Amino acid sequence: MTENTRTNGQVISTRGLTKRYGDLRAVDAVDLDVAEGDVYGFLGANGSGKTTTVRMLLGLVLPTSGETRVLGKPMPAARRAVLLRIGALVEGPGSYPHLSGRANLALLDATGSDRRPASERRARISHVLEQVGLDPADRRPTRAYSLGMRQRLGLAAALMRRPQLLILDEPTNGLDPRGIQEIRQLLLDLNRQGTTVFLSSHLLAEVAQMCTRVGVLDRGRLVLQERLDVLLRPTGLVAVRTPDSFRCASVLGDAVVLVEGERLLVKSDDPAGLNAHLVGQGIRVVEVGFHRRELEHVVLDAGAQG
Amino acid sequence: MIAVELIKMVCRPRTWMIIAMLVALPTLVAVLLAVTELGPRPGTGPPFLSAVLTDGTLFPLAALGVVLPLFLPIAVAVLGGDAIAGEAQTGTLRYLLVRPVGRTHLLLAKLVTVVAFVLLAVLVVAGVSYLEGRLLLGKAPANGTVSLSGSTLTQDELGWRTAVALGYVVICMLGVAAVALFLSTLTTSSIAAALGTVGVLIASTVLLGLDAAAALHPYLPTRYWLAFVDLFRDPVLWRDVQRGLIVQLSYLLVFTLAAWASFTTKDITD
Repeated sequence: MTENTRTNGQVISTRGLTKRYGDLRAVDAVDLDVAEGDVYGFLGANGSGKTTTVRMLLGLVLPTSGETRVLGKPMPAARRAVLLRIGALVEGPGSYPHLSGRANLALLDATGSDRRPASERRARISHVLEQVGLDPADRRPTRAYSLGMRQRLGLAAALMRRPQLLILDEPTNGLDPRGIQEIRQLLLDLNRQGTTVFLSSHLLAEVAQMCTRVGVLDRGRLVLQERLDVLLRPTGLVAVRTPDSFRCASVLGDAVVLVEGERLLVKSDDPAGLNAHLVGQGIRVVEVGFHRRELEHVVLDAGAQG
Repeated sequence: MIAVELIKMVCRPRTWMIIAMLVALPTLVAVLLAVTELGPRPGTGPPFLSAVLTDGTLFPLAALGVVLPLFLPIAVAVLGGDAIAGEAQTGTLRYLLVRPVGRTHLLLAKLVTVVAFVLLAVLVVAGVSYLEGRLLLGKAPANGTVSLSGSTLTQDELGWRTAVALGYVVICMLGVAAVALFLSTLTTSSIAAALGTVGVLIASTVLLGLDAAAALHPYLPTRYWLAFVDLFRDPVLWRDVQRGLIVQLSYLLVFTLAAWASFTTKDITD
């Protein structure tokens, strides 16, 4: 595992990564930092440059300028060595429609330079198919697959080599809620076993449930990059919901930051004490608790500032 | 990688459909000739066709003469045009490249596969039409085949000349394959790449019929395609075969390099 130590815990780092198409800066001076063991959520609206960035990380799109290191080596110069340790799903799965899922994986496995004995390969393919919830004995051609099954097959292809880093672009696209849950669990399990996961998504809920760090891309610029628990830590405010919001506001006076219908934000770090105080004043309290920002607001604010 | 591409080509139903279509036309011709016994008059129609009624062993050459001007190049254009663009269309190109398969390596494997297809197609067409010739058409004269120059060729001589002719037909398709491969790296539509290649061949044929373009004739890809007929003169007339060889290899070199330059510097965005 000497290869691992050489990355210094930094799995992906880009400096000033830029891709221009004519006058359009699709990706503009992006400095990504993904550490070993992260589940990194790469957020951004459609067209914000997420996919172009992912493609640059994988050496599919060549950057206009900037520096990229993946697993401690420069990309795309060292792509032969680097890509062997990466599993990727880029903008939807791809398969030969006239072949079965298994045959597709076998063909893909037969390319590339990491040769293994045939029996080991067969076992490995069965294993990843089971991992993503596909039947290893299914002989139907992939043209008969549903969108969700194709997505699972794409994930299976990414997992086949037990990569050290997974780069997944919209991994739960086309899956039903149960499928999303299964795949999320699978990715979290893999992460616990030491796989770093970089996933791009426009689904905030998905990222909020899985990720340890987020980066937000807005019109090609990285406007935010932070640990999720730092972003969502308590704000020093307590949220109170009460039908008596006017009386409540007059009782608390200056401590009230915001009144919004039945909802108030109050400067306080003791929700229980506040509750007792309000009830003592005859104010009916429906709900009281620490105010936390929602990822959605964080992302929208970051976009507005950028 | 080359082995994988070859397996993909051989296991694909489409490959065999195309070959079946290539075989169908000479078969139809053989049946019609056998039923009507009306061969084209000597000197007209596709090469060798006037001779096969008396000598069925020449039918493989006649069959190649039938498929070479149009059917075979279209088949090569379809396969070559599909090489990279088809992978892009099915979304498999990006997964091959992040596997990782080197871009140059992939291009080379695709080119080898197209050439292997031509070889396979030519052998099947020749084999099937040989059987058809023996079964349906005239028996070979006992004293050997008559060459185009009127002298008699022994079975041995006919054998090696036929083998060289088959090889020459394969080489004639190299230029087409390289053009198709180049166009295939420019677009994500395999049909567009195939049609573009066919367009090049049609343009070449049109210019060949135009006296004003005489200066261009020696450089056109289709100019020496039927030169394999010269192999059956006595002695063999090598001049056009050699020129055809040089033209095809030049097209192969130029367009393979162009394909390489285009593909290795391209952003894969599909």
